[in-house]
This record gives sequence, C-alpha cells and structure tokens, in this order.
Amino acid sequence: MTEATPTGVWLYAVTREPVPGELTGVAGEGVRVVEGHGLAAVVGDVPLGSFGEEALRRNLEDLDWLSTVARAHDAVIGAVVARGPAVPIRLATVYHDDDRVRAVLDERHAEFAHTLDFVTGRTEWGVKAYLDQQPEPDESAARAPASGRGAGTAYLARRRAAQTSRAEAEDRAREQVIAVHNRLAALAADACTHPPQSRALAGHHGQMVLNAAYLVEESAARGFAAEVARCDDECAAIRLQLTGPWPPYSFASLEES
Amino acid sequence: MAQRQPGSQVSTVGSGGSSSNLGDILERVLDKGIVIAGDIQVNLLDIELLTIKLRLVVASLETAKAVGINWWESDPWLSGDSGKLAAENRELRARITELEGGRAEIEDGHDD
Repeated sequence: MTEATPTGVWLYAVTREPVPGELTGVAGEGVRVVEGHGLAAVVGDVPLGSFGEEALRRNLEDLDWLSTVARAHDAVIGAVVARGPAVPIRLATVYHDDDRVRAVLDERHAEFAHTLDFVTGRTEWGVKAYLDQQPEPDESAARAPASGRGAGTAYLARRRAAQTSRAEAEDRAREQVIAVHNRLAALAADACTHPPQSRALAGHHGQMVLNAAYLVEESAARGFAAEVARCDDECAAIRLQLTGPWPPYSFASLEES
Repeated sequence: MAQRQPGSQVSTVGSGGSSSNLGDILERVLDKGIVIAGDIQVNLLDIELLTIKLRLVVASLETAKAVGINWWESDPWLSGDSGKLAAENRELRARITELEGGRAEIEDGHDD
C-alpha cells in the first residue's frame, strides 16, 4: 500500500467482460478494471482531496457538484452496460486500494454472478405518470370580483371546491395508474415502484402519481414502448412518460446476508 | 407569482428518446444500484435529507413553480447560507402579522 498517492478507488460497476479504456470517470480520471473470480470491477482512481470521507460529506451537499458527479457516474455505467451485462454500484462507494476491491469481488462473487445472470439481456425502463391536470378552478375564481360574503369565506369555498375536484381527479388517476402498472408489469421480467419525485426535482411536470421501473427483455423493448403509448392514449386522467433505456439500477440488489 | 406555462409540456411517450432529468439520475445513483460498504463511510441518508429540505422549501412557498428548476441556486440551505433563511423567516413572520392586522380591519369594516 503506497501512502504517497492520496487517491481512493471509486467503484462504478461489476461486469464479466474487461472494459476497454477511453471512459472518463467522476474525477476526470481514466476508468480501468480490477479483475477477480471471472468478474471485472470497473473502477477509477479519485483524489481523496475531493472524494475522501470529509470532502465527500461536504461535496455531496453541493447540488452542482452532486449533479456533475452523478451524471459522470451514470455515464460510465451506461457505457459499460452498452458493452455487456453489468450491475451498477451505488454512488460514492470508495475503497482504499485495488486489494480491497478484489476482496469485495472475492466475498460477493456468487451474488454478483447471480445478479449479472438476472439482468443479462434485459434493460430497465422508467415510466412516470402525472395527473393530467385541468386548469385549477381556484385560479380563475380568484380573479372573480368578491361577492358580498367576506373575502375569507369566499376563499375557503374556493379552496374546498378545488380540493374536491382535485380529489376526484386523483381517484380516477389512481385507478388508471394501477391498471397501467399491471399491464406494463405483465410485459416485464420484473417491476418495482419508486416514491414519486418531488415536483421541484422533476421540473414542471405536474403531480407525479407513478414512478415505476420495469426490467424488460431486450427483444420485448419495442412492444413495451408501444404498450406505454397505448396506455397513454387510453387513460385520460394521467399522462405517461417513458425514460430509458437505463442500466439495471432498480434491479441490481444483493441479498442481505 | 405562480405563472402557468402552457407551453412547458414534457415530452411524453412516442418521442422514443431518453429524457433523463437530474431527479431520474439522482434517485437511481443514490438510492439504487448495488449497495456495498466502501472503505470510506458516507452516509447517503445525509443526502436524502437534502431532498427533505427541498420539500420543506417547496411546501413553505406553497408553489413549486415559484422555485423553478434553479431551486438549488436560491436555496439558502443548499448554499449553506442559513443566516439568510432565518432573516427571511423573521421578515415573513412580520409580514404575516402585518397582513393579519390589515385583514381584521377590512373585515371589521365589512360588518355583515
């Protein structure tokens, strides 16, 4: 172990094929592999000045830094997955040196192999559903001249009306969302749902009512996308958005041992 | 302040392209993927906290749209300027008190 170089080994993914170079990692470093047990850990050497424990804690709270690193991490994983089956590793998994990475491959090789088998030939697709919102009634009502009632009473009445129509729309949307999720899950090898994203993170998309991921056979991808489009056409209360193909982030979990 | 933007529709299905926003990437790289302990201990729960802080900011403004997509630039929590936030809170409380005072006068004047 050389104390001279203040770097750590950042882990991106585990795959079976050695990954050719040319990939640039989260610290602008060249990405390389550490091999063991017929597996290749895709890693990069990152300076501990920015990626050490103390620095990471500080930097991860910096949204600009986090988004750059998250995109770079995702880009490396995406490039690896484009070359062959791989399991993505969660952001900010850093080891002291290659020996420690080999130790992880050694300790977990059976689980990695199992997960690799599971995701081989399959791709993750994301489907989000948003409430297809009608213009909010309280916005137009707000501009109507106040009646004889107190301004507070009128405000409360508007709020109540808005809440009722919103609740009805949500009920309708919920039924459609369940139906859509079942239809899509039937075409997938596996499916899971994530918590809906906060509106600010998602942008101006309206209220998210489904945030699901589907692991789909590559041969079935076209049919899956077509089914998403059909569901979108048929369900008036919701609007669907398809994202992907993603590396199998949502389906790469090791059994807790 | 809560301007509606009818033109800002998201691309729905059919475009066939991948439209991965920051939220899509963050939820995957932070929450998903294989979770194994590294040598460097980072509690990613701290990062999830960040999202909670964000929600609080959004809720307090009552409209996410006012925050816009550049929310992290203006969020004192995220920019580490919490003194500014405290000052802003004091200012807002003062305004609420002031407005409530004004409203009581109006309603008194109404007198149904």
